[in-house]
This record gives sequence, C-alpha cells and structure tokens, in this order.
Amino acid sequence: MKPAPFTYMRPENLDETVATLSQHGADARLLAGGQSLMAMLNLRLVEPSVIVDISRMPELNAIKLRKGMIEIGASVTQSELLAWPELEAQAPFISKALPWVGHFQTRNRGTICGSLAHADPSSELPLALALLEGEVVLRSTSGTRVLKAQEFQSGMLQTARADDEIITAVRFPAGAGARGTAFREVARRHGDFAIVAVGVIARDDGTLRIGIGGVADTPQCIEMNADAGPDEVKDRIEHLAWQLGGFDDIHASARFRRDLVRRLAPALIEEVRACAV
Amino acid sequence: MRGVTSEDPVPVTIELNGRRRSGRATARTLLTDFLRSELGATGTHVGCEHGVCGACTVRIDGVAQRGCLTLAIQADGRKVDTVEGLSDRKDALTVLQQALHRNHALQCGYCTPGILMSFSDFLARNPNPGEQEIREVLGGHICRCTGYAGLMKALMEAAAEMRGEPPQKSDSELAT
Repeated sequence: MKPAPFTYMRPENLDETVATLSQHGADARLLAGGQSLMAMLNLRLVEPSVIVDISRMPELNAIKLRKGMIEIGASVTQSELLAWPELEAQAPFISKALPWVGHFQTRNRGTICGSLAHADPSSELPLALALLEGEVVLRSTSGTRVLKAQEFQSGMLQTARADDEIITAVRFPAGAGARGTAFREVARRHGDFAIVAVGVIARDDGTLRIGIGGVADTPQCIEMNADAGPDEVKDRIEHLAWQLGGFDDIHASARFRRDLVRRLAPALIEEVRACAV
Repeated sequence: MRGVTSEDPVPVTIELNGRRRSGRATARTLLTDFLRSELGATGTHVGCEHGVCGACTVRIDGVAQRGCLTLAIQADGRKVDTVEGLSDRKDALTVLQQALHRNHALQCGYCTPGILMSFSDFLARNPNPGEQEIREVLGGHICRCTGYAGLMKALMEAAAEMRGEPPQKSDSELAT
C-alpha cells in the first residue's frame, strides 16, 4: 500500500527540528532510517500529518566515547555502529546482538535510536538498552533531559518520549559485558522478530545480569550472584519465566516462550561463566 | 528547511545509474514508484511494500537498501543505482549476473533485481564472505520460486571470481 498524504519537512539542524516538533506535536512523526515508520506509513497503521526527516542531519551522526559512556547519535545506522572499530571492545553485547537486528539491507538504513523509539518488545536494541542499563537523551524547545532505560521504555511500542521531544542520542556504559557476554535468539527466520531473545552479561561487581526480550511488554532483567548454584539458577529463571506473563500469538504459545526462557537462560549463564575471568 | 506540502508535486532530481534524471513527486511518493512510474525504470520491482521481501532493493549512494521504505524526496540529489545500471549490454553481464545465469539461480526473475543490488554492495564491501554470511544477506530477500540453492551456489562462485579466483565452467561448457 501507499502512505496517506502528509507534509514533508527536512530541518537543517536540531534547533529547527525541535521548533518544528513544538509546533506540530502529536501530529508529527520523526523519520530517521524509516525501517519501522515507513512500513507503518505504507500499511497506514499510522497517518501523521507531518513527517520530519532527520536522516541527513550531520550533528546527529556521531559515535562518541566520553565519560565512560558510548554515545550514539540519532541518525547513526545499525550498519555504521557494526562497522565501528571499537564496538567489540567497548560494547561486546551490542556487537553480538546487532547482527540479529533485521537484515543487511535494513541495517544499512535503520538507526539505533529509531529502533529504541519504536520500542518493539521483541527487538534486540531495547533489550540491549535494558540489559546494559543505558540512557536516552531527549531534547525539546524547553531543554534536554536524560532518562534511564527503565524510565524510557514504558510499554509495548510505548516510551516516555513526549510528543515535542526528539531522541538525540542513546548512551551505553562503555565496556559493559567485557567480563563475559552472551546473546541468543529464537525466531522463525534470522532477521525476523524474536520469539524469545536472551542476553546475559557478567558485571564488575561479581553479579550476572540476565535480560529477556520478546515475552513481556518490555524487556525484563534480573540479577544474581555469578557463583549461584544450579538450584538457585533454576528457581530464579523459573520464577522469571512465569513473571514475564507471555501470551499466545501466531508465532508461539506462551508456554513455548516460557520453555525457551527456561532452557536458554541457564545455558547462556554457563556460557558467560566459561568466558568470565 | 526543506518543506513539501502534502499533494503538490515538486521536482526531484537523482543521478540514476550515472545519468541525471528528473521527475515530479509528492511528499508521499515512494522511491520505487518514482523510479518506475515517473522515470520508467521498471527494473526495480515492487513486492510487499513494507520492507520484508527485498524485491525493491536499490543502492543509494552505493549502499543497498529498500526502495519501498524510502521517499522519492529523500533521494533528491543523491546517486541511485538500479539493476539497469549493472551492465549496459546484453552480452556484457557482470560477474555476479553471469554466476546467477550459470547456476539457474532465477526462475520468474521477480526477486532477482533486488538480490543483484544487495550483493553488488555486499560483495564489494565483504570480498571474502563465509557461506553463513551470504545466507544471512540472502535472508533479506524472498524468492517464491525457491531458487535459494542455485542462488547460494551462484553467490559463492561470484564472490570467488570477484576475488580473482578462476571462473567456474557452466554445465553446457562441461558437457562439450
């Protein structure tokens, strides 16, 4: 199908962008890579009256390392981050999960921040944000605010971003998961949305952080001591699997999703322990 | 700020396969429709129109991406390469095209232009891919004649030949 009519605006800089958003509010949608939004426009799942194109804005196109964080600008594509020479050392979890985001052709356009803004519970990048305890930088005409992952991701396809705000960047703690990191996903086809995605990282304080995507409305995380015995691991994961409150859909039953969590999470915990030093 | 109001067509100029081409597009005109209906470049095919099937894949400034998830106006002033630009003569197919031809890697041909545009970018950036990597990139395309086995063979061969390894002989050449 084709999109419904809209007015297209391409601001030159961030100031013009926030001014445009302030004027149009909920009637406007930001277009970065368009790998979620363009599909929704074509299917007429959304019919905004104004499209604000930020895909060519140079000031949003940077990957920076500063104050112990990796800051990724709003127009940085998934392919650009994958090609960043520091990725494996600074963000080993993202380096493992990013090849699972869509396909080569969609990663060439799709942005990191756009995927977070779309907030699909089965996407890999919202899981990375929750697991690594990243933060999202939002800007409007009234200023800048920074939200923690759990404040930002409020529900299925929902975030705490206000209508007049733009996500200018996302920040991940540099080196998180360098002590051990594992990622696994089950989908009908590589590149499709995850039925279940699991991530585990070993942290500096001797704990493990385990995150699950694809089951609850938002990615859910728990922590446990790295030396937890098999019974404790089993009990905690069992509790988590039920707590996620999965649902049946065309791709998988809630029971199948719980089973995947029960099997994948302990296996990934072992994998992280094996590589942790 | 560039602004295009709703349904008023505006001029859009792209460098299509190395030639400057202009046409008109409204704000919501998709690049695929602009190429096919406005410029007559019908080599780019339209399948699902939501980024899943890959038939519409073109290269914008050299990078393979979905034409159906791009507005024509976003391509204004940029280089767009389509299947028509790969080779200008019937008897001068590229190494990649020859490999598909040799391995019967197409039947109806609907998915082929998109696959050629994906791999002409991918193999240029990744000259030494493993089978799994090729499989992953091919996963971004849907072929409903199920020519994937032929495609996999063709793409592996094309990658090898583009690295300078000796070309494969076709079945008919081997028979004679």
